Amino acid sequence: MSLAELADLLDRDFMQRALLAALLTGLAAPAIGTFLVQRRLALLGDGIGHVAVTGVALGLLTGTSPTWTAVVVAILGAVLIEVIREQGHTNGDVALALLFYGGLAGGVLITGLAGEGANSLQVYLFGSVTSISSTEVWYTAGLAVVVLTLTLGLLPQLFAVASDPEFARVMGLQVRFYNLLVAVLAAVSVTVAMRTVGLLLVSALMVVPVATSQQLARSFRTTLLAAMVIGAIAAVGGLVGSAWLSAQATVAPGPSIVLLALAMFAATWPVGVWLRRRRRLAEPFPILAVDSPDPHQVAGHTDDEHPHEHGDDCGHPAVRHGDHVDYVHDGHRHAPHGEHYDEH
Amino acid sequence: MLNAAGTPVVEARDVTVAIGGRPVLRGNDLIVREGEFVALMGANGSGKSTLVRALTGLRPLTQGSVLLFGTPLHDFGDRHRIGFVPQRGTATGGVPASVREVVSSGRLSRRRLLRPAGRADRAAIDDALEVVGLTDKAGDGVSTLSGGQQQRVLIARALAGEPELFFLDEPTAGVDLPNQLALADALRTLSGRGATVVLVAHELGPLEPLVDRAVVMRDGRIAYDGTPLSHEDVHGHHHPVDARHDHVPHVGSPFDTMSHDPREGGR
Repeated sequence: MSLAELADLLDRDFMQRALLAALLTGLAAPAIGTFLVQRRLALLGDGIGHVAVTGVALGLLTGTSPTWTAVVVAILGAVLIEVIREQGHTNGDVALALLFYGGLAGGVLITGLAGEGANSLQVYLFGSVTSISSTEVWYTAGLAVVVLTLTLGLLPQLFAVASDPEFARVMGLQVRFYNLLVAVLAAVSVTVAMRTVGLLLVSALMVVPVATSQQLARSFRTTLLAAMVIGAIAAVGGLVGSAWLSAQATVAPGPSIVLLALAMFAATWPVGVWLRRRRRLAEPFPILAVDSPDPHQVAGHTDDEHPHEHGDDCGHPAVRHGDHVDYVHDGHRHAPHGEHYDEH
Repeated sequence: MLNAAGTPVVEARDVTVAIGGRPVLRGNDLIVREGEFVALMGANGSGKSTLVRALTGLRPLTQGSVLLFGTPLHDFGDRHRIGFVPQRGTATGGVPASVREVVSSGRLSRRRLLRPAGRADRAAIDDALEVVGLTDKAGDGVSTLSGGQQQRVLIARALAGEPELFFLDEPTAGVDLPNQLALADALRTLSGRGATVVLVAHELGPLEPLVDRAVVMRDGRIAYDGTPLSHEDVHGHHHPVDARHDHVPHVGSPFDTMSHDPREGGR
């Protein structure tokens, strides 16, 4: 497909709607996903996604909009998971698993009762962003705005509760309320992302951008904002990419979005490994207690092994060590001392 | 200073706590007055951490009452007046967080909802970082710090709210000597500013000169309350402490509410 044809395709109404939905999903899902990763509940989104299958099936059975039944059931499921997790704190993952299978089995069963085949469920399981109607775009936009406003507005409180709930409780924060809020917002983002990437892949959009951005970020806020940017790029890029390739083969947007997000993770992961390694190398050496024996040991190198003086740009990592600097050199440490170097 | 006439800031009467039906604290009375530096001591499982958790409201009482600044704990709303330093290991989550962010979260007790941090908030956070000597680490990720530095981050977080009363749960456990000295310096600064400190410790180490009252727990009861004792007096050979360790794996159903919190000791 030529670029002109692609531009023409992107200009169509259904494509405009799809792009808007993808952008909002890409922004909202990683925002709430950051808190789930922080609380080591990365799979919560997946659990809620499975429960939401039952919600979609109920919508198909009763003839109401599956988006709204999915929102209601997903919220109920998220609250239930949170309550079980809070009551039996050691077994949160088991609670998650119980709802996982219950939700999926219930969904498939009820879809069958509704006289619908697996195909009608397919749209929700793997997404079908290009068939989204204009009212659904408005629902998606409204829900995404709610999620973004609450997560960014309550960021300090949510961060405090997610990183140390006991400290937050002593400080007087309503820990249970904030935990439930995160669960409810996660449920809402799942249903927001349902039409874009589908219920079975929704967790990827919540978790993979966070995993990507935390390779490079040092602070929580940077991680969250970068994850939103990465999520938006993945969602819009995946959709455009699948549209471009659609002339040659059937390329579904949902999986393209997830695979693009994973590709971005794969690209940043080596950088993260390298950064962490570099940071560890630059970590100052501990200062030993003053009274510990520290024999004066002069680095014994002949000139051809060690032909230069250590300095700012000699290429050897300079690492702080108490009141001076050591140069790391072939697995040992040189400290300048008058005319020679000491081994530290 | 031992302040027999000062205003009581903590008044605990007949504090009894049962965890999973087993009594862990039994009828303890404790009054801490303004400006005191109290060390809660005792063997593992003697109930000292549980007492601090009961005083901060983290552990519900089965009997008795706790008053903070003269107000019953469940009505106590001035949360910015107390600072809590939990045992280490809770400072890092699944996402990187900078030292400054963690310390800032301690300021929330004084901040209003949906308002950005003001100048006073930033000044308090800067001051807290300076007291624990981590100003130059403010931008670093907490998980890249050593254990002792992480403990200092938790103290700075409590400090950021500018509280009058501090509860510290084993701040020196597993911390090397230079970091213990830095901790002692920070606590000396706090105490010098007139703060009341209640601290759980197994061994005092460099904190010893700061402590002006020791409360020794044994088997869920306060066994001694007075001037600090030497190590020999607390763990003397006449009453060898039976430090049993519970090797039973704590497997439960998802709905099992029994506490297996290792921070409260295996009781």
